Amino acid sequence: MAHVWRMIAQRLALGFLTLFVVSLLIFGATELLPGDFAEAILGQSATPETIAAIRRDLGLDQPFHTRYVSWLGGVLQGDFGNSLANGQPVIELITKRLGNTLFLALYAAAMAVPLSLALGILAALFRNSIFDRMSNALALTSISFPEFFVAYILILWFAQSGMFPSIVRLSEGISFGETLYRCFLPALTLTLVVTAHMMRMTRAAIINLLASPYIEMARLKGMSPIRVILRHALPNALAPIINVVALNLAYLITGVVVVEVVFVYPGLGQLMVDSVSRRDIPVVQAVALIFASAYVLLNLTADVLSTLSNPRLMHRR
Amino acid sequence: MTNSINRSAGLSRRSVLRGATALGAAALILPAGMRAASAEPKKGGILRIGMGHGSTSDSLDPGSWDNAYSQVFATSRHNYLTEIDADGALQPEIAESWEASADAATWTFKIRQGVTFHSGKALDAEDVIASINYHRGEDSKSAAKPIVDGITDIKSEGSHTVVVTLDAGNADFPFIMSDYHIAMLPAKDGAIDPTTTDGCGPYVVDHFEAGVEAKMTRNPNYWKSDRAHFDGIELLPIVDGAARQNALISGQVDVIDRVDLNTVHLLKRAPNINVLSVTGSQHYVFPMDSRAAPFSDNNVRMAMKHAIDREELVEKILNGYGSVGNDHPISTANRFHAGDAIEQRTYDADKAKWYLKQAGMDSIDLELSVSDAAFGGAVDAGVLMSEKSAAAGINLKVTREPSDGYWSNVWMKKPFVASYWGGRPTEDWMFSTAYKSGVNWNESFWENARFDELLAAARSELDNDKRREMYVEMQGLVRDEGSTVIPMFASYVMAHTNAVATPEKVAPNWTMDGFRIAERWWFA
Repeated sequence: MAHVWRMIAQRLALGFLTLFVVSLLIFGATELLPGDFAEAILGQSATPETIAAIRRDLGLDQPFHTRYVSWLGGVLQGDFGNSLANGQPVIELITKRLGNTLFLALYAAAMAVPLSLALGILAALFRNSIFDRMSNALALTSISFPEFFVAYILILWFAQSGMFPSIVRLSEGISFGETLYRCFLPALTLTLVVTAHMMRMTRAAIINLLASPYIEMARLKGMSPIRVILRHALPNALAPIINVVALNLAYLITGVVVVEVVFVYPGLGQLMVDSVSRRDIPVVQAVALIFASAYVLLNLTADVLSTLSNPRLMHRR
Repeated sequence: MTNSINRSAGLSRRSVLRGATALGAAALILPAGMRAASAEPKKGGILRIGMGHGSTSDSLDPGSWDNAYSQVFATSRHNYLTEIDADGALQPEIAESWEASADAATWTFKIRQGVTFHSGKALDAEDVIASINYHRGEDSKSAAKPIVDGITDIKSEGSHTVVVTLDAGNADFPFIMSDYHIAMLPAKDGAIDPTTTDGCGPYVVDHFEAGVEAKMTRNPNYWKSDRAHFDGIELLPIVDGAARQNALISGQVDVIDRVDLNTVHLLKRAPNINVLSVTGSQHYVFPMDSRAAPFSDNNVRMAMKHAIDREELVEKILNGYGSVGNDHPISTANRFHAGDAIEQRTYDADKAKWYLKQAGMDSIDLELSVSDAAFGGAVDAGVLMSEKSAAAGINLKVTREPSDGYWSNVWMKKPFVASYWGGRPTEDWMFSTAYKSGVNWNESFWENARFDELLAAARSELDNDKRREMYVEMQGLVRDEGSTVIPMFASYVMAHTNAVATPEKVAPNWTMDGFRIAERWWFA
């Protein structure tokens, strides 16, 4: 077990290094974009004097490294600064939206993961049957369409008739059940988008194992096919499945801006896009760090779980 | 990262199809004036508005209200010195009355008594002065700075009189005070707090989360008794066009703006939905840099102006929701629009060729830099223009520029670009913003001595007949010598459910009834 803890510690340390590099890259990349905050916010109404006044006021006239170091200094003390656009503390802007994003990601995952595992296992069990082909075809179809198209189709079927709301409004004080109801369409869209990947990976990983001698042996002993798959094949197929699930969870957290826009869902993706177009660097940085952390942590979790699920890795010599 | 599009056959076929549907749609639109007369306003109900703008970076700072969401939100909670009514005439608001000195350089505003802010503070001259001063001065970060630059001094005379001194006469100064940036905010120690939602307008802000929603309830102490009919307002940014339309159809909002012109015919089919189209001062322009060849030669500019098919642009780019422009920026909604005094310019390839010949050329290669950041459909408009101008010997290469950073890197940098103007309520304001020699936003860098002279003279002239004469001459100058192609005026297209009632005439100066939907509309 000790080496697992060592791995976690090592990976976390590396994770922090990654975050540092990411922050530097994002800062530099924002710098390379044409125009800065002052020009972006004033747009067509910019005059040289007002641009200069904004830059002076926000310290944007300082050189790149000065601004980066002062930003980094703040972050190390837990201060992510204020948004350039509306002066609110970045933490305040992000907290609520991060909660919304995580909620939607978990909601979608809670539907997508069991669904894709079940479909994947059944598809492996009834390989090449009509069921297998149908579920593959359906999953591939939904992943092949762009997200916004899937979303519009769902709106057409479920929202225009009034069954579910087409825009998500999360007011204060609504019940959990009501929240689930209001968020159903975006969660369903995301479910449709991520299911195929996980389901096909489950199916492939299990089928891969079905040709192994020990499965042959289990079959020869007269075990039922479902027991062969659940007891003997699945535990050994877990590692790749866990990895693809983690990857999709990370996607659900970081990559859902299109779904957010279509359903007017107040999540991080929209905040990121707005902030990039306004060159609101403190917000961009903070959101980028959250996205990077999501990848680092989920990958780490996946690796730890794969290790735990594999006795050969657990008892290394 | 630049894509070039050269007259593509595919697009032209699609445009033709689109044009055909546009004609059908256009036939169904009733002008705003012909809509069923509305009954007496009724109190009550919460109006939910879905706006095509609004982002998480919106702020409460009056200097930064740059999109329709911020502007409607501001107008719902604030009042202004003056108000422009649906007919384009100036009405008193916080200023009860005003008078000018003989040279129109000193203006005295009488401030309305008994107006209180939502916080309970009574409004007086000090608040007015602080609210205006916020946009002035060396350290001003306000987008409205250029329009108040002419003010040299503001002082109060007693608690309810404000005297403004300008560096030169300006007969339209009270109009400028209706600008959406210059809201009246409470002053503290002679300065306003740009982060407050406190105002003296029709609605009190209960909750605001940028990019998500704003919730307001009626100001119980609002001084206008015949306005602000709703109990409350919910203002939602719904940036995606299809999402906005769906929200209206499925009953999640009552009104939307910026109806997607490509699907407006579908929206019209939905039951209980009214599409409202208002032709106003918003116009789309193609400025040419007059400082350098080839556009330094007016013959080239005239050739370009004759080589575009305005009717086609209105039909295909605006789907019929707009009107043709006559290469000057004054709209029919303005007081001194030239009307029939200036002939409407039409597509004439032979004339364009003739002008090109005058410039000593048989054909010319030009590059037009466009992006949909300038206006929706700008790229398609460029392609249509290049197809038509080819017949006149003008080979227009349309370059699609990235939307991001368009205003800082392309506009006023490249020689021939696309741009737009929301329009200004007065001729002077529009001309002195974008056509006077040497001003910041003179996007074509056009200079004309006669024009500048007329502009200065008309500005301090208080006799309306003389002003009309001058403004008509100026419209002619911009049309025939100016360096900007102005092919079309775009309507504001909104939609609302049958439950919502509007005044008989909806203001054309801005979208959403001059941003004043919250206090002018009601539930039927």
